[in-house]
Amino acid sequence: MAGAEFETPELSEHIEVPELVEGTMEHITCFVAKPNHQEDLGFPGEKVENWKEVAIDKMGDLLSRYRSFQVFMDACVKCGSCTDKCHYFLGTQDPKNMPVGRQDLLRKVYRRYFTFAGKYFPKLVGAVDLSEEIIDDWYSYFHQCSQCRRCSVFCPYGIDTAEISMAAREILDSIGVGQKYCNEIIGKVHKIGNNLGLPGPAIADTLEGLEEDVWDEDEVAVKYPLDVKGADILLVTPSADFFAEPHVDGLIGYGKVFHEAGVSWTLSTTASEAGNFGMFIGSYENMRRVSLRIREAALELGVKRIVFGECGHAWRIAYSFLNTLAGPFDFLDPDYPVPQHICEFTLNEIEKGTLEFDKSENDDMSITFHDSCNVARASRMGDTPGGQFEIPRKVIKAVVNNYHDMEWDTIHERTFCCGGGGGLLTDDLMEVRVKGAKPRMSAFKNVMEEKGVTHLAAICAICKSQFTKVLPYYGMDMFQIVSVHQLVSNAIVLNRKTPPEEAPGYGEDDDE
Amino acid sequence: MSSVYALLFIVATIVLVIGLARKIVQYAKTPAPLKIPTTPAPVTQTGVVFRLFREVVLFESLFKSTKWTWIFSWLFHMGLFLVLLRHVRYFIDPVWLPIQLIQPFGKYAAFAMVAGLAGLLVRRIFVDRVRYISAPSDYLWLLILLMIGMSGAMMTFVIHTDVVAVKQFFTGFWTFSGGELPMDPILLIHLTLVAVLMILLPFSKLLHIPGVFFSPTRNQVDNPRERRHLVEWARKFEES
Repeated sequence: MAGAEFETPELSEHIEVPELVEGTMEHITCFVAKPNHQEDLGFPGEKVENWKEVAIDKMGDLLSRYRSFQVFMDACVKCGSCTDKCHYFLGTQDPKNMPVGRQDLLRKVYRRYFTFAGKYFPKLVGAVDLSEEIIDDWYSYFHQCSQCRRCSVFCPYGIDTAEISMAAREILDSIGVGQKYCNEIIGKVHKIGNNLGLPGPAIADTLEGLEEDVWDEDEVAVKYPLDVKGADILLVTPSADFFAEPHVDGLIGYGKVFHEAGVSWTLSTTASEAGNFGMFIGSYENMRRVSLRIREAALELGVKRIVFGECGHAWRIAYSFLNTLAGPFDFLDPDYPVPQHICEFTLNEIEKGTLEFDKSENDDMSITFHDSCNVARASRMGDTPGGQFEIPRKVIKAVVNNYHDMEWDTIHERTFCCGGGGGLLTDDLMEVRVKGAKPRMSAFKNVMEEKGVTHLAAICAICKSQFTKVLPYYGMDMFQIVSVHQLVSNAIVLNRKTPPEEAPGYGEDDDE
Repeated sequence: MSSVYALLFIVATIVLVIGLARKIVQYAKTPAPLKIPTTPAPVTQTGVVFRLFREVVLFESLFKSTKWTWIFSWLFHMGLFLVLLRHVRYFIDPVWLPIQLIQPFGKYAAFAMVAGLAGLLVRRIFVDRVRYISAPSDYLWLLILLMIGMSGAMMTFVIHTDVVAVKQFFTGFWTFSGGELPMDPILLIHLTLVAVLMILLPFSKLLHIPGVFFSPTRNQVDNPRERRHLVEWARKFEES
């Protein structure tokens, strides 16, 4: 339960595959959604009486609608290839945190109710009846999966535990046993427009503050516009960018890049959130509803392009699903991809030569880059496969002098999750988060010791929040995590000076 | 006795073909509503064909993952593949040239197959992670395949059976002129286990054979920004 004592794992020099210890994480249960959180999303408020039938029916429904789920339930041969690939297993030793161990929690019920072998020879194929204990196991262990897809890279059939944990969470939601963290947040997006429940005036206030900060530092009136009709670019960014460190430094960076590029842009109050937790709970309907806000904002503001800020799962949905969920985007400028990642935008400007940098501004740091799982394994940037690895690194190398990668088997498509993705970024799952961060923390610690790296740069709001929390558990400093566009912001030279009357607060009374 | 085996193989063939066809139709008909290739992924259809080729022939993902499992399973599968090709000679007359050419390799491939299976069995028993995820059926499959491989190799290298009679029996299937099957115990064990395998395949984890071709993380083109992907059941949301 939340707040329980636990030991932070020791960091190791290499990825060490631990021995199995059954049940080490059995006690984990995150807070269950309250009836109003459930009902806002169209799920039953409380556990339904005929939960068994409802769960089996839902499983059948998902099997008929998702080829991934159907094929993945059948195809696993238990080869063991995935067993040492999950950061939660590596950090907890719990066999139910091995990808196949987690999948089997669902697969053994699938076999019992949907396969010939499981119906007539359950013992032979490890099929079991659905029971209270299994529902408890589902709730516990499918909320110990960050849907990072590392297992799917190494599976000979591409079985993706993310798909299976999404299905499991959807089944749990359908019987009224949802997770509070995700479902409450999705409700906030539906009602207010962002995960944090920030109302329009609060965002406006924050952005004004940012304009003042940049003015104070650089004497340049960089604008952070909100709801400006007729702007060229709609920027959709995770709401953490509006206030949390180091996220907000990234937002400052985006504004400076747009300023120097000389483009007009705007944020939107109604689409003030790039994140979309609908994916985490596997709900197509909720994911679509959240995505449609972006389409509506783009239409209402009459923009020509959509650019996404630094957010991992948001970029997966933006890149891979947005066209499906909220397209077609034929009303936008066809010369640009829809949507674009801020790193694609920035690199494009760098290559055009519109941006000037003073790299020495970042000389107090030596940087490594954390490939966020959803960017690395579930999306792309640029025109060629693997652009999602190269483009952010090119941006970083354009603005810093000191850069070193972590070990090859912990980056690119082999990257380790931060430990907080997939709807786990909640305090009641702190033990899972800290233990799951072990492989990434080990790789970071090693590159610190071997190459003198000081900071970890990321392009994901969840990664940034997670590292801020878990770095101290491993004896490191929470400020060692930085935004990629924070580095850009530090180094960028603002050449487009502005007349003083555009300065924030110009002409207002000074004596208030 | 020969007619019992004839019947067994007719049933086994029907179950295998219909069972597998039903699963393939099911996989093909089930929609994949979202683009979920594991990236970096090919950006063209040709690229996807290459990716699947590497996955099916070279076991690329497994190679990335663990070299021991890769070596054992690649030996087993490629051995089995050659052995199966060699067995085509028992069903056709005259024997096609490529099948004739493969004969010497196909004979010794049995050793690769058995060695691979033995390695996989040892791994399943001794690696604690793999042991944990194994059901009785996982061991049984390895044992069935091992016994098929070993009984087959026995007949090739140790106690020969009357292959001419076996060939007459199986080619007789097509013409309903069925010959007599030699009553050698090793042959009967070999054939019984093969029939069992054929009958159980469509109801087992051996569905990974069609499954790999239908896996959305492997068979989708990475082009969601360029092309809108929408399946029928998702279309209904557009209308409301």
